[in-house]
Amino acid sequence: MERELDVVGTRRPMLDAAAKVKGAAQFTDDLTLPGMLYGKILRSPLPHARILTIDTSKAEKLPGVKGVMTGQDIPDRKYGIVPKAKDEYALARDKVRFIGDDVAAVCAIDPEIAEEALELIRVDYEELPAVFDPKEAIEEGAPLVHDDVRGNISASLKKEFGDVESGFGESDFIFEDSFYSQPVNHAPLEPHAALAQYDPLKGELTIWSSTQIPFFLRRNLSTTLLIPESKVRVVKPKVGGGFGGKIDMYAKDFCACWFAMKLGRPVKFVYEREEVFIATRQRHPVYLRVKTGVKRDGMILAQQFRAHVDGGAYNSTAPLIITLLGYFLMIPYRVPNLLYEGYHIYTNKPVGGAMRGHGVPQARFAVERQLDMIAERIGADPAEIRIKNSIHAGEPHPAKFTINTCGFPDTVSKAAEAIGWDEKRGKLPFGRGVGLAGGSFPSGVSNMSHISSGAVVQLGRDGTVNVLTGAADIGQGAETVIAQIVAEELGVPLEDIRVTAADTGITPLDPGTFGSGVTVRAGNAARLAVMSIKKKLFEFVAQKLEANVEDLVAKDRKIFVKGSPDEGIALPVALKAYQYADLPMPIVGRGSWMAPATEPTTLLKEDGDFGPSYSFMTQAAEVEVDPQTGRIRLLKMVAAHDCGRAINPMLVEGQLEGSVVGGMGQALYEEVVTERGQVMNPSFLDYGFPTTMEMPVIETIEVETDDPLGPFGAKEAGEGTQISPAPAILNAIYDAIGVDFTELPVTPEKILKALEEKRAGKKGGVHL
Amino acid sequence: MKHVIALNINGDTYEVLVSPNKTILEVLRDQLGLMGTKRGCDLGVCGTCTVLMDGEPYLSCLTLAMDAVGREILTIEGLSQEGDFDPLQRAFIEKGAVQCGFCTPGMILTAKAILDEEGKPTEESIKKKMAGNLCRCTGYKKIVEAVLSVATQTEREE
Repeated sequence: MERELDVVGTRRPMLDAAAKVKGAAQFTDDLTLPGMLYGKILRSPLPHARILTIDTSKAEKLPGVKGVMTGQDIPDRKYGIVPKAKDEYALARDKVRFIGDDVAAVCAIDPEIAEEALELIRVDYEELPAVFDPKEAIEEGAPLVHDDVRGNISASLKKEFGDVESGFGESDFIFEDSFYSQPVNHAPLEPHAALAQYDPLKGELTIWSSTQIPFFLRRNLSTTLLIPESKVRVVKPKVGGGFGGKIDMYAKDFCACWFAMKLGRPVKFVYEREEVFIATRQRHPVYLRVKTGVKRDGMILAQQFRAHVDGGAYNSTAPLIITLLGYFLMIPYRVPNLLYEGYHIYTNKPVGGAMRGHGVPQARFAVERQLDMIAERIGADPAEIRIKNSIHAGEPHPAKFTINTCGFPDTVSKAAEAIGWDEKRGKLPFGRGVGLAGGSFPSGVSNMSHISSGAVVQLGRDGTVNVLTGAADIGQGAETVIAQIVAEELGVPLEDIRVTAADTGITPLDPGTFGSGVTVRAGNAARLAVMSIKKKLFEFVAQKLEANVEDLVAKDRKIFVKGSPDEGIALPVALKAYQYADLPMPIVGRGSWMAPATEPTTLLKEDGDFGPSYSFMTQAAEVEVDPQTGRIRLLKMVAAHDCGRAINPMLVEGQLEGSVVGGMGQALYEEVVTERGQVMNPSFLDYGFPTTMEMPVIETIEVETDDPLGPFGAKEAGEGTQISPAPAILNAIYDAIGVDFTELPVTPEKILKALEEKRAGKKGGVHL
Repeated sequence: MKHVIALNINGDTYEVLVSPNKTILEVLRDQLGLMGTKRGCDLGVCGTCTVLMDGEPYLSCLTLAMDAVGREILTIEGLSQEGDFDPLQRAFIEKGAVQCGFCTPGMILTAKAILDEEGKPTEESIKKKMAGNLCRCTGYKKIVEAVLSVATQTEREE
């Protein structure tokens, strides 16, 4: 791109950073309304049981209690984030399916009374046999988590690209290995919350919710509570981290609304930390089996991949995760022949959902670990084998993805160089090692559910630019990035932009924050809206300047003929003249954007693009393992990333750094431990995610490409970054102590056990 | 039985009616509407509820309001005047140390206590003393950089 940029590509603090450092930013739990009541949820103590009776009479009589509800009180309507996979009730109707399942709700004049009322609700259960292991769940005769889903397999996908059999036939070596990726909690610092208010005269419901998906939530509230979408307004206040865990809706949303509608008073639900661990979502645990055929030189010829996803008690994103797990095996490496099988399996455990990367980190963990194992077996260099197998922009793709830009090989070589690959790999003393791993992620999805985003931009006489966008900023800086795009396109400083976002009563449709599509989708929509403003304004200014519309540019709050900035007209002057020419003000621009889709919604049947563009990355780790204690220290992590053009490099760095530490947690520390369905570590005391004491030295490298479909060349930077830290760390542990770990997380106990086995001459690694 | 107590918060005196088991966090948020102090775990682990008492960081979700009588409580709202910023707040903004912002008030107050105590803390000391403040967004790098930048800035000014 030849264009010189003023706002895009610059390091800018988030627009709301000042409010946040002052403690003035309002999260859902910071909102109070006059007459507000406090809600609490009664949760199942059993992993699997039929509800016989629920007696709420004592709870209702407790002074201060204003409402009690059960599943029988609300319409018989299921909800779910994926329309075809709805399997969840706001409150259980017939059965409970995991410890923590929502059974009843109360609201009272204060939270303590609500809590006390929960203890007065008597539920008679008939306990049912439960199943906790996905491999047992698919066996004949296993208890059924949902009576109508045979074999507990609620979603499955088998897909072949190319011809796997002949690919293996041509291979010099074939390797087959098994892996396991553990359940991880999103653990946003802000617990999930909702506050609802109802206007009985207008029949209008307003809900403030800590959500990533205001418009999906609106739709689900409408279909579940039987109230027209036009009567539901979802407002997203500040969200204190989501990471995918706020893509789903929860009992708190439905119950707050239902109580508000019944009682005519505002009702707030805030989950306790324990509830966030038990009753929201977690990264899906996945059992993975990978068979890879390679030529003698390390070129991949064929891959067979099988994933058993432990979905827990409900679907959430089930069809989506098994799809993502499979399709993104086709990036960043060229896999000419692939046979993928994925199964989403119900168990009586906490529910899996989208978490940063959504299935791709699990798949990539297996592939990136196996690539290193293959490199070792055939005597190849792990960095070289990755560069050799990289896909390239413009080349025909085996799954018919369109790869417009691909900086993957560069990310490998730059990450390797920055970690000191040539000097260190295989050359450090025992207990020290380096390793790397690659990854790739789409910038939002195309071909799926008609996902599109709209924006309205208003330019007033005083030069103020009002942007309305449906995009949901959850702390990643979406509003700032969109404002930068608008400012750049309109040629005004960032300070002139005011953003109103994520309010279904005010802002245009947007699917929300998931699939890493916000910058490209909502950014393009906003840019189109500005272009339509410019068209109107330029037509007017062209007459004044006696110039051609096509030759005009907007920059530095001025409109002028390209190349002659001094002979232009200042934007305020132009706007005044526009108004005094009796042209209607404000100038309003509208834009809607969705990723190009040739075969809408037939993705699973026909090959084609999955996203408008793909980001690429490599992470390289250096670790130190203490053979005496088993303690692992991540000393340094390099994250090299091709996110197209970074709209705001400081925010991109923030995404990369956060992902490094998040991925480190997955590699070394975090696991939601369950015993017979009971979460054993539902607090920050027992579930340790990394603190400042664990943080490594982090170096981020941007490999810039200029994507033709992204706004100003941008691609995603939010999720792909968390794909490769965990395998990079495990690959470095192999370099340090010669043990191939195939299960996450790698704890000191596992290190000591593996070293002992190694000394005893047993085969290293943990196999299923 | 409830008691009327007087609490000094951000230089103002508030008379509040509390039962003996009420925490400072509950009084701040539920009675006084000072929402800058966050409730992240209610178990004294995440640090989002950090306030300063007589200059030292306390987890307000574990500290009883009655124990705060006679002490000076500083919350994020009291750190700087309305339109102004403490150097730490400014550094957090400029260095990109803020993402979702939920941990930010607690982070800043802990950092203030470190700077007030040590003047020129080392990176190691900052990391050690901020380990009780969790952040899930930033990976901590820019937070530590922001605190260090204020420490070295103070050094220059001296």
